[in-house]
Amino acid sequence: STFKSLPIPWSERRRKKLRKRERDFEFSAWHFLAFSQMRVCVCLCTDVSAQEQPELFLKKLQQCCAVFDFMDTLSDLKMKEYKRSTLNELVDYVTVSRGYLTEQAYPEVVKMVSYNIFRTLPPSDSNEFDPEEDEPTLEASWPHLQLVYEFFIRFLESQEFQPSIAKKYIDQKFVLQLLELFDSEDPRERDYLKTVLHRIYGKFLGLRAFIRKQINNIFLRFVYETEHFNGVAELLEILGSIINGFALPLKAEHKQFLVKVLIPLHTVRSLSLFHAQLAYCIVQFLEKDPALTEPVIGGLLKFWPKTCSQKEVMFLGELEEILDVIEPTQFVKIQDPLFKQISKCVSSPHFQVAERALYYWNNEYIMSLIEENSNVILPIMFTSLYRISKEHWNPAIVALVYNVLKAFMEMNSTLFDELTSTYKSDRQREKKKEKEREELWKRLEDLELKRSLQSDGIIPT
Amino acid sequence: MAGADSDDSLYPIAVLIDELRNEDVQLRLNSIKKLSTIALALGVERTRTELLPFLTDTIYDEDEVLLALAEQLGNFTMLVGGPEYVHCLLPPLESLATVEETVVRDKAVESLRKISHEHSPVDLEVHFEPLVKRLASGDWFTSRTSACGLFSVCYPRVSSTVKAEIRQHFRTLCSDDTPMVRRAAASKLGEFAKVLELEYVKSDIISLFTALASDEQDSVRLLAVEAGVSIATLLPQEDLEALVMPTLRQAAEDKSWRVRYMVADKFSDLQKAVGPEITKNDLVPAFQNLLKDCEAEVRAAAANKVKEFCENLPEDSRETIIMTHILPCVKELVSDTNQHVKSALASVIMGLSTILGKDNTIEHLLPLFLAQLKDECPEVRLNIISNLDCVNEVIGIRQLSQSLLPAIVELAEDAKWRVRLAIIEYMPLLAGQLGVEFFDEKLNSLCMAWLVDHVYAIREAATCNLMKLVEKFGAEWAQNTIVPKVLGMANDPNYLHRMTTLFCINALSEVCGQEITTKHMLPVVFKMSNDQVANVRFNVAKSLQKIGPVLDSNCLQTEVKPVLEKLASDQDIDVKYFAQEAISGEFSTIILKYNLHRCKLMTQHYVTLKLKKQKT
Repeated sequence: STFKSLPIPWSERRRKKLRKRERDFEFSAWHFLAFSQMRVCVCLCTDVSAQEQPELFLKKLQQCCAVFDFMDTLSDLKMKEYKRSTLNELVDYVTVSRGYLTEQAYPEVVKMVSYNIFRTLPPSDSNEFDPEEDEPTLEASWPHLQLVYEFFIRFLESQEFQPSIAKKYIDQKFVLQLLELFDSEDPRERDYLKTVLHRIYGKFLGLRAFIRKQINNIFLRFVYETEHFNGVAELLEILGSIINGFALPLKAEHKQFLVKVLIPLHTVRSLSLFHAQLAYCIVQFLEKDPALTEPVIGGLLKFWPKTCSQKEVMFLGELEEILDVIEPTQFVKIQDPLFKQISKCVSSPHFQVAERALYYWNNEYIMSLIEENSNVILPIMFTSLYRISKEHWNPAIVALVYNVLKAFMEMNSTLFDELTSTYKSDRQREKKKEKEREELWKRLEDLELKRSLQSDGIIPT
Repeated sequence: MAGADSDDSLYPIAVLIDELRNEDVQLRLNSIKKLSTIALALGVERTRTELLPFLTDTIYDEDEVLLALAEQLGNFTMLVGGPEYVHCLLPPLESLATVEETVVRDKAVESLRKISHEHSPVDLEVHFEPLVKRLASGDWFTSRTSACGLFSVCYPRVSSTVKAEIRQHFRTLCSDDTPMVRRAAASKLGEFAKVLELEYVKSDIISLFTALASDEQDSVRLLAVEAGVSIATLLPQEDLEALVMPTLRQAAEDKSWRVRYMVADKFSDLQKAVGPEITKNDLVPAFQNLLKDCEAEVRAAAANKVKEFCENLPEDSRETIIMTHILPCVKELVSDTNQHVKSALASVIMGLSTILGKDNTIEHLLPLFLAQLKDECPEVRLNIISNLDCVNEVIGIRQLSQSLLPAIVELAEDAKWRVRLAIIEYMPLLAGQLGVEFFDEKLNSLCMAWLVDHVYAIREAATCNLMKLVEKFGAEWAQNTIVPKVLGMANDPNYLHRMTTLFCINALSEVCGQEITTKHMLPVVFKMSNDQVANVRFNVAKSLQKIGPVLDSNCLQTEVKPVLEKLASDQDIDVKYFAQEAISGEFSTIILKYNLHRCKLMTQHYVTLKLKKQKT
């Protein structure tokens, strides 16, 4: 016999919210009251004179501060519908009306938006939510929430909107709460948040540094403390456009952000969820300031994946994007460590890794860089290539390697011949060196043993 | 030392440093892990003047290498010349304490804490405390985070002026604008409070605690909860109400469930820290609220603490509080919608019976146990069953046996094999408490059914279970009830079941003793040596080796050996291998019994055999 041992998320949620409502009731009681009293169906745009509109606008904003329980699908149906249509009206109103934005409206708009969107996000339903595997929990109150976001965006984008007045209400605390919401599991909400934050960043110059710093903190916490935050991709997307607008020369703060935050983001387990956006940011930085190439590539090599082939393929992809825009003078600076890593990738037993690395030789620009520096790169690559051409299990890889060897031969036949003829003696020299290492350590360990016996008084000094 | 010095000349520092710079990360890591060997080869002076500066200046490496280095340096005091020179280790550890990777930084801080104790008070003020100050005022958050863990180790041993500075630095970090630093400060607040003089706990720590507990980030607030518990243990009872309780009350009702979860999780510690009066007046209602929290995570954490909380209630009012305040909440949790909550409760609820005594248990708790035994979630039922011993002591298990049986039967047949495995593991305990009669009548057939389960892990556990049952009920019981059934399976058409017979014999021979083994089991094993499936035959060889020690030497020589020899010439290569293995094994057992001298010889023989096998 089987049991329904799985949790029943919906009924569970409903119960949670019910309890929450009991608690919140006193707090928002006046809103409910206001709601039932004000159910006069006056349409904001059409039913009243232009003079009366601003006041009615404020009243409708106040009404929409009432928050309903959407876990309970049966409660307050009429009220929910009424709020939905009111929100729709508000959205239309801010889109089409002129002269509606009085100074008194600003605090009311921010208050309504805050009441609706700011909340402690609930724990994830699945014990360890894995964004790659699990379905996200969608926000139940979306029918209202979406309209609130929609309204807020139109408000921010409205021609009448004046940041100088709004900055009194859209302040650091507001932004901080907004950023916390990026952890929402619902991708629809994160998408709206992205637009909202982008608009705020664009319009409030005084908040820019603060926003960047807080994103910094979120990322650092994500990398070094929790490895959990749902909105990383969205925040990176916003950053991509922010970086694009940085003035030159880049400030030290921005460079630090690149090296100490963006590069370490590559170490996170769930990299695949935001890698495209991350690579975009990195390339943006390098296009701004090519001198950053060395620390960036150095960082990628430092955090090169050791065991995860999937991530290794992503790293190789990003590196190719970087090489596509690299300046030849920068290339020369990093070619040595870079090709040591590529040489390792090429000889990876995982054929996708090897294949991805070998594809570099199909890239004309990279090819030209390699050709210019073949006297440095060929000796680094030769051993791996030569060995794989004889040993790799995958015939497709062997074929690719032959092409690469052929290309090298054509580039620099003298060096190629030299390396071929010294291949065996080089291997022997390496083996000899290896043996010497072993002997050194053996001698060191004997010495340690002797000393510890001496100090224990077992053998006389 | 002169001799050692001449040895050192063999190892120029360059060679050793080359090892630490090897291109291959793995080799570099190996070298770093043997850093003490290198230091030893160099001697204390050159370690101080050459190796440590190299480590401080030139190491920019992978975090794994840095982690190994940070750990090594914590044990380096003797290698640099003892406590007198221990401060030489500070520069490399200081730079390690500023790296990004948390694991490396934490290890560096751990090593710094360790070597701080080896500093003389003077060195602590001259070398160590300035380092802490530098870290505390570093530009990047990592160094400030590391500093938080170092205040408490130097505070007790420095002068009062320096103490004042340290307090000031800690205060600054508690209001750092990076949340990472505030989190680090909050997590070390309790530890720091412990080394402070009481007057400063009251003046400094309380205000820091209050500020951190109302931080804008819930990740900071929740760490303050733990600090609150430590602080409460330090303060005299009369100050608690005014200094910590308002903050703790606020934490228990925080708008973030993470903070409330933390309060629930630390509830027992909190209860011990604040004492009986505050527990009665404040914690009881707070606990009720946590048990009724809107988030399941919080309810589960609180449910986990029910027993401990009740146990630690002041004796004079314990029963009244439980009956009037706690039990009603517990009753509601029994039918909670979330299985984690119910299973957390089920893992502790039985413990209430010892606290409440026989009558209350029968009247109030028994219905709850019975309800949980019928819960739809197997984990809940398992948790109840695994804690039966608590109830057994108070009211005897008979009260439950009627409901217990269907619950056990259902779990025994659960579709998930892990659930079946869990209940098998409780079988010996249940058998002991329910008694042999009840067992024979109701549970024996279950135990036998597991032997033919389609999951190997279950069959294996079932075999082990039989052995434990025989240990409880004795060989005679085994011979009458289980041995015939087990041996009957030797004729089963399914070879897996025939193998189970062998596995059971392996497990049972020792507990059943020589007579039963020789008389009843051995003939069956012999018969199976002719089985047509090779897996069965080589398991016969293995079984004969296993049960050999139980048999007498005559039987081994005259009966077992011929069978093994026959198997050793089997056409199947695995059967041959195990038969030979068994023969060499048997020989050594016989000889162990009779002749020490020959035993030595044969062990040698056995070793050579093994060596040969390894070679082939």
